[in-house]
Amino acid sequence: MKIHLKIWRQKDQKAKGKLESYSLNEVDAKMSFLEMLDMLNLQLAKKGERPVEFDHDCREGICGQCGVMINGIAHGPLKKTTTCQLHMRSFKNGDTIYVEPFKSKAFPIIRDLKVDRSSFDEIIAAGGYISVNTGQAPEANSIPITHEEAESAFNSAACIGCGACVATCKNASAALFTSAKITQFANLPQGKKESKQRTVNMVNRMEELDFGHCTNTEACQVECPQDISVLNIARMNYEYNKAKLTK
Amino acid sequence: MAKEIHANIPEGDLKDKWSNYKAQAKLVSPNNRKKLEIIVVGTGLAGASAAASLAEMGYKIKSFCFQDSPRRAHSVAAQGGVNAMKNYQNDGDSVYRMFHDTLKGGDFRSREANTYRLAECSASLIDQAVAQGVPFGREYSGYLKNRSFGGVQVSRTFYARGQTGQQLLLGAYQALMRQKEIGSVKLYTRHEMLDLVTIDNKAKGIIARNLDTGEIERHGAHAVILATGGFGKIYYLSTLAMGCNASAIWRAHKKGALMANPSWTQIHPTCLPQSGPYQSKLTLMSESLRNDGRIWVPKATNDKKSPIEIPEDERDYYLERKYPAFGNLAPRDIASRAAKEQIDIGKGVGPLRNAVYLDFAHAITEYGKDVIAERYGNLFDMYQKITGINAYEEPMKISPSAHFSMGGLWVDYDLMTTIPGLFAIGEANFSDHGANRLGANSLLQACVDGYYIAPCTLQNYLSDQIQVEKTQINHPAFQEAERLAKKQLENFVESKGNKTAEEFHREIGKILYDKCGLSRSEQELKKAILQIQNLREEFQQNLLVPGDAHEINSELEKAGRVSDYMELAELMCVDALERNESCGAHFREEFQTEDGEAERNDDDYAYSAAWEWSGKASKPILNKEPLHFTYVQPSKRSYK
Amino acid sequence: MWFIKNAITRKNLMALTGLFLCFFLVIHLLGNLQLLLAPDKAQLQYNLYSDFLSNNILIKIISYVLYASILAHTIDSIYLTIKAKKASGSPYVRDRRNRASKWYARQMMLLGTIVFAFLVIHLKNFWFTYKFGILPADANGNKDLYGLVVNSFQDLWYVIFYSIAILALGFHLLHGFFSAFRSLGLYHPTYDKLVKSIGVLFALAITAGYVIIPFYIYLNL
Repeated sequence: MKIHLKIWRQKDQKAKGKLESYSLNEVDAKMSFLEMLDMLNLQLAKKGERPVEFDHDCREGICGQCGVMINGIAHGPLKKTTTCQLHMRSFKNGDTIYVEPFKSKAFPIIRDLKVDRSSFDEIIAAGGYISVNTGQAPEANSIPITHEEAESAFNSAACIGCGACVATCKNASAALFTSAKITQFANLPQGKKESKQRTVNMVNRMEELDFGHCTNTEACQVECPQDISVLNIARMNYEYNKAKLTK
Repeated sequence: MAKEIHANIPEGDLKDKWSNYKAQAKLVSPNNRKKLEIIVVGTGLAGASAAASLAEMGYKIKSFCFQDSPRRAHSVAAQGGVNAMKNYQNDGDSVYRMFHDTLKGGDFRSREANTYRLAECSASLIDQAVAQGVPFGREYSGYLKNRSFGGVQVSRTFYARGQTGQQLLLGAYQALMRQKEIGSVKLYTRHEMLDLVTIDNKAKGIIARNLDTGEIERHGAHAVILATGGFGKIYYLSTLAMGCNASAIWRAHKKGALMANPSWTQIHPTCLPQSGPYQSKLTLMSESLRNDGRIWVPKATNDKKSPIEIPEDERDYYLERKYPAFGNLAPRDIASRAAKEQIDIGKGVGPLRNAVYLDFAHAITEYGKDVIAERYGNLFDMYQKITGINAYEEPMKISPSAHFSMGGLWVDYDLMTTIPGLFAIGEANFSDHGANRLGANSLLQACVDGYYIAPCTLQNYLSDQIQVEKTQINHPAFQEAERLAKKQLENFVESKGNKTAEEFHREIGKILYDKCGLSRSEQELKKAILQIQNLREEFQQNLLVPGDAHEINSELEKAGRVSDYMELAELMCVDALERNESCGAHFREEFQTEDGEAERNDDDYAYSAAWEWSGKASKPILNKEPLHFTYVQPSKRSYK
Repeated sequence: MWFIKNAITRKNLMALTGLFLCFFLVIHLLGNLQLLLAPDKAQLQYNLYSDFLSNNILIKIISYVLYASILAHTIDSIYLTIKAKKASGSPYVRDRRNRASKWYARQMMLLGTIVFAFLVIHLKNFWFTYKFGILPADANGNKDLYGLVVNSFQDLWYVIFYSIAILALGFHLLHGFFSAFRSLGLYHPTYDKLVKSIGVLFALAITAGYVIIPFYIYLNL
């Protein structure tokens, strides 16, 4: 099938970007979206033009490295699906597809569709862990964790850190990402001793990194490839308030 | 004449070796540790856990990864689980049994002492992961759950739904980020190692390229750890991430580290088949599907009927027929080979006739759709997402795909390569899995190497480095390595041919998959070697890399990786050709029993082949590390 | 200063002031419902009630809290909106993110602005006139606020303007009510569902209650 593309091209963070138009004539419906971009890049390279830079790695929906706005939606039209898992059968012959990078102040554009999401690493570094050195761990079964606790902790821990929540949020809030980690630990008995410190530090770091606030529109969960619940955000608020009020 | 090399295995009884080692290992006192710098390349399970553990001890760590965040490393994609000897199920598990299973699973081509240590350290890993908050599956009582995996008769696999790798990696990643926050780890994301720098034959640093700016950087240290994973991506179509590569270990190899058993690649039987020439990777479907799915092909060759129209008596359930005892649960290497056999004789299914059916119709009739949906719902969804086919209504199509490199840098018992100060851990080394890896052992090995072994053995090495002054990055060795690295990049850019690295990669992958994949023969391997040499020649003349070297340039990154594959591919074929036996994943057609099973030759090939770089890709030098079996007598691996 | 800058604290402030205003809406509505009584009874009772409110010391204190809440809610929202604007960077050329959320959840600022504008006019028309203007007295000698209200709602345009503002308020509440509880940290799925349902009922009740009055007066009196 024939596909028209309008892809955001931007040389570096400071340069002004704009949409460029491309057309591909022999797109197969069985191709993945990124394979379609591979095809475009091969054509560009052969013509001596600069290929489109985009982020991707595992191409099976778990590493969280891919992620672009496809027709104005993070990771494209399918729900619970990363960009790499989106296939061209979701489009029709003759479609025009707009491809833009995730945009927010905290995710500066590196080039074209590649953005810098290291601010997420910074949030984790601020406290997204249980402080246990190698060798300090007690016997695993000495901390019983109910099936429900483990499952709900897992639901939060499943976040892949792709940034679609920030890209989708009208305020570019990282609340879903941050709260998922806070909630995972809040649901587990391990690491309770440092839970106040963790919550306050992570929230403050999120604040320093120029993310917006959460207005509970719930759009982040809708576009989240892992369907991370917005109730995590409420949990974060609870944990934060608790930490502040019982200080 | 091949030289013999030895692994410095400690004295003592098998079960005492590691404790003896630890008891005698040299130490570095806490106040001296901060003076010692260690470079860790790779932030997967092995790299992140080693970097975090060493930083916790007080060393100064520089951690490198090519991804935009350490959390993206491909350990993240492991689905099934991690093995550990806890015997929580009271089903007769023991360290010895786990060691024996692993050794046998590897077709008796790994070191007894290493394999035993892997089993011995496995229990503490679970403790560590639980303490980090990894949400492993739990019973309603609150205790840890286990499941059973291929090739063993006990339940020792711990898992976090189908995302065990992700959860373990996040645990290690978070530990790493904690050390970064403290300042013990300096993180270099979007950096790729281009070369290893040795001074006086000791590993002293690396040359790295900042992938965002194109800048070439020198980094010095007292020791270097490579935790850069496997190189199955050399087959182009594989279950690995797009960025997985062999460059770090290959460049270390060219600096003198030996490369062991490079041809031993695990081909995973349950992957989604290639759907067209554009395909960039093959997605793994958890092996657990084989618990309820039945594998078959049509009896008639080139049968183009839809699977639902093919009646029962025209189907060949070949695994059940050939391996009645294990049936559809035959080990990975055997299931993969059997599938290839069927595809090769023209019974393959699907539009490209490159797959076999994995059918749930019987299971759905027997247990009902709901039970199957509960067990495998997420996998069926994933299948539908990728193929657009509803597997509740028609059988899945699966095919084998390159998955795990049992081979890698040769390391001794300390996980140190033949270059002093250069360590290789996780999938990057060759040590524990022999010729075939058991399911759920790869996460284990990566973690055990990183959390427990490297921190101990590295310290043993570093104990005499305190007096050595900080590595100077203006040393001529750094200058020269940087010059060569830059020159190579310039050459790529200036080559101005008309074939991209990707196209070369596809070609070399195809050669390897066909001739050095599931089954190998002398004739085909020799052909492959010639083809690879020609392709390498062409690569030097006809490579096309758009853009330049002083900026972000994905095509240039690929060129570097493919350039290394061009050399490694030949070594893989040479290695496969040299080993005149069949063992594990290495199946030589000339060496099989009458009924088509692998025929191992313990008299002549009970060794690890450790190849040495001679300066020329086509003339590798063979070194042999003889394998001694003192505690287990190698037996025939039969799954009939 | 981070404590003040902190978005969660800010959102707590939004939530607490918002919920207090919700409480006020209920009280105000209960008072206004007296307007629906038989005209002569309604006049006396409503005027008496108004007189009571403006002279009771406790009510006075609460009214200052009310003014403060309105100001804090408004100023805080402006601050947060500016901050979010900065955070979201350059706009998308093609933006279909709206598929993932309700329009009124995204347009709280717009709805709030309408409500605020209404509030200014509303206060000028009734509160200011009552407090500082000259109003005739009713049979009991209380200022005849009732007469002022009834008069105002004789103008169809005013009724329409009033209703639109109340509709905006309704949508503001539809999102705001449950959102406030979320911001304060109500994370339990069951109670969250409950609060969401109560929020919908609350928004409906408030909207209906406030809209009925002008129409009743316009059509019947």
